Amino acid sequence: MNDRAWIATRKGLFELRRDGATWRIAKTSFLGEPVSMVLPPQPDGRMLAALNLGHFGVKVHASDDAGASWHEVATPAYPPQPEGAPGAPWKLVQIWSLEAANGVVWAGTLPGGLFRSADFGATWQLIDSLWSRPERDEWFGGGYDVPGIHSICLHPTRPAEMLLGISCGGAWVTKDGGDNWALQASGMRAAYMPPEAAENPNTQDPHRIVRCAAQPDVLWCQHHNGIWRSTDDAASWQEVTGAPLSNFGFAVVVHPRDADTVWFVPGVADQQRIPVGAALGVNRTRDGGRTFETLRSGLPQQQCYDLVYRHGLALADDGSTLLMGSTTGGLWGSNDGGDHWQAVNTRLPPIHAVRFG
Amino acid sequence: MPHLAFTSQLRRFTATPEIETGATTLRAALEDAFALNPALRGYVLDDQGHLRANVVAFVDGRRSTDRIHLADPLLPESRVHVMQALSGG
Repeated sequence: MNDRAWIATRKGLFELRRDGATWRIAKTSFLGEPVSMVLPPQPDGRMLAALNLGHFGVKVHASDDAGASWHEVATPAYPPQPEGAPGAPWKLVQIWSLEAANGVVWAGTLPGGLFRSADFGATWQLIDSLWSRPERDEWFGGGYDVPGIHSICLHPTRPAEMLLGISCGGAWVTKDGGDNWALQASGMRAAYMPPEAAENPNTQDPHRIVRCAAQPDVLWCQHHNGIWRSTDDAASWQEVTGAPLSNFGFAVVVHPRDADTVWFVPGVADQQRIPVGAALGVNRTRDGGRTFETLRSGLPQQQCYDLVYRHGLALADDGSTLLMGSTTGGLWGSNDGGDHWQAVNTRLPPIHAVRFG
Repeated sequence: MPHLAFTSQLRRFTATPEIETGATTLRAALEDAFALNPALRGYVLDDQGHLRANVVAFVDGRRSTDRIHLADPLLPESRVHVMQALSGG
């Protein structure tokens, strides 16, 4: 659906509707509560919202009527932590990603566990085959105290296959529905590691990874220190240089039918997370990263300090409708692939995630 | 008998039974409340059964510091309050 979107924020979930070329807030849910991620309505109208209550922990709510009403369902829970187990406490910190296909919901979490639900949140199972990998001891937090799964790239035609993006734990792939996993981040480089460890695929920080729906062997990654692309289903990754302004950022979206058309939202650098020159711009390539253009029309160009986080940029199925939300509550929309933008609302709460559907 | 009450802030999420209990420890008192409303457990305790980082329990006005075992002893006249810690926002 291109005319409805969901904005998960620090202070509630906002449903947006598009009337002609204009977006309006149609409904708010969980007002005042932090919503870390939303799973838009599935074909049967069911959807999920992940809350992260400051005092009382992570909670999951489900709707059977596309957000008109909600009821609490089960929260993914980690099993008892063995005495002396290394790494972060086995305690759910946040649901960072939600995807669904073929009747199964997947939840990526901080501190790095993947959960599966076959009953739309009534029960959850930790995917132990990934959680018990010895390589997990090497993961570490990126932007949080603990590692987390922020990207779940399902495969459009091979239901048993998915790729996970983990900060900081590289990219992991299963081709058998989660029974076995392979670390597939070869080619990425971590500038924040000592030189001898920079190419360790297990400590890469892919800020966000997305897959082209029509060309699923092509994946794009906005990494902590650059942009990478894979054209062989994550068997290898190649760095894409030449993006204007900066190669630092969080968000990336790829056109659903053209794997060469991709959008990024650059920031200065990790130590200064603001738009370059305090002027908001979106980088777009239409030729697989050989050339880029920076799109600014309609975006604030003075004293703008909005940062678009990893789930803050969304592209609708039409390939031309974009929404972009920032950590300081700015929300902009484009109906022409980013050539022109319009402010939807610049006084929203900090935006965690933007999704169409 | 010991008396157990929860912050009113929890009521917007789930039922918070205020109970008189024969429990002799903080954890046992909480378990009595969870028996009346199982959904309450996840709001007060984390995955490992520890007191949530931003929840605080008071026994007779003293803050419980044993967040793992919750073994604080209760006297017959003890009053237990489970509150939200302001560290949580």
